[in-house]
Amino acid sequence: MTESTGGIDMDEESSGTIKKFAFVNRKAPYGTIYALESLEVVLISAAFDQDVSLVFMDDGVYELKKGQGTKAVGMKNFSPTYRALEGYDIEKLYVEKESMEARGLTEDDLVVPVEVLTSEEMATLMDEQDVVLSF
Amino acid sequence: MKFGILVNEGPYNHQASDTAYQFAKAAIEKGHEIHRVFFYHDGVNNATKLTEPPQDDRHIVNRWSKLAEEHGVDLVVCVAAGLRRGIVDENLASGFRISGLGQLVETGIQADRVVTFGD
Amino acid sequence: MLHIVNKSPSEKNALDSCLRTVKKGSSILLIEDGVYGATKGTAAAGKLAAAMADVQVFALWPDLEARGMQDNVIDGVKQVDYAGFVDLVAADKNVQSWL
Repeated sequence: MTESTGGIDMDEESSGTIKKFAFVNRKAPYGTIYALESLEVVLISAAFDQDVSLVFMDDGVYELKKGQGTKAVGMKNFSPTYRALEGYDIEKLYVEKESMEARGLTEDDLVVPVEVLTSEEMATLMDEQDVVLSF
Repeated sequence: MKFGILVNEGPYNHQASDTAYQFAKAAIEKGHEIHRVFFYHDGVNNATKLTEPPQDDRHIVNRWSKLAEEHGVDLVVCVAAGLRRGIVDENLASGFRISGLGQLVETGIQADRVVTFGD
Repeated sequence: MLHIVNKSPSEKNALDSCLRTVKKGSSILLIEDGVYGATKGTAAAGKLAAAMADVQVFALWPDLEARGMQDNVIDGVKQVDYAGFVDLVAADKNVQSWL
């Protein structure tokens, strides 16, 4: 058990159970810490072999914007981490089309390949989840 | 039924911790089990024993401690979020323990429902 | 699915986003500042009333009462206490908070 991950020594009850986890990101990066700390949970969840999806809606879409440079604000640029998720077998990234378009963005503006879903498709995806964690 | 609870905001600034507490209390009164309450983001500030609200206000930290004492509720403070905000063993209120984010994911796996309270 | 909204519709878009992605047969519970979304005469009231054809809407009365809004609730919105909140979470297979 490492200090950063804590309970990764899974007991009998949790090993073998695979649940659908969705992490819903609806907040812009840097203005608040939610986006960064949410990403930390996502990385930990990879160790539990669950069926993980990341959802980006509303201002959460801004988390994926290309070209983030944080030197002048003196904060850590965590946007490259989204590109590293694949290495953790976290490959289901969903962006709501309406949210992306309402912010004048297209898929080409994002740091990672994502699947773009309509609101209706997003509704179905979320309805299918076992655990929805919102940050 | 087994409930997991995630608290993402500190006490007093936001109602999240109050609502989470009322929910936990009501669930226990109805015979449900609170599998764990996980404190994340500024929610870790619910765990400092240095909290001293005015006498005519509710004591949010002590309320959680009492719930742990009376009902054996597992109150877990995220170690990484706690370190960021200066919540460490030295100022940890009774009934709380510090552990990793894995405890949150584990609650998601083991509890029947996880309810998030935050801003 | 139970959707929990805790933001005033005049300040944040949480209720809007929830209504955009709520499936027929789901429930919405308004808590904390979210209870303002359950009250009459707001800019958001029409949208919520329209959604009520497909979803059940609940509001946490302790939060309505704390804000003095207990007599302003839209017809058809059911009021629950914390025990009712617990029942709603238990009744649906999953729950999402629109923070």
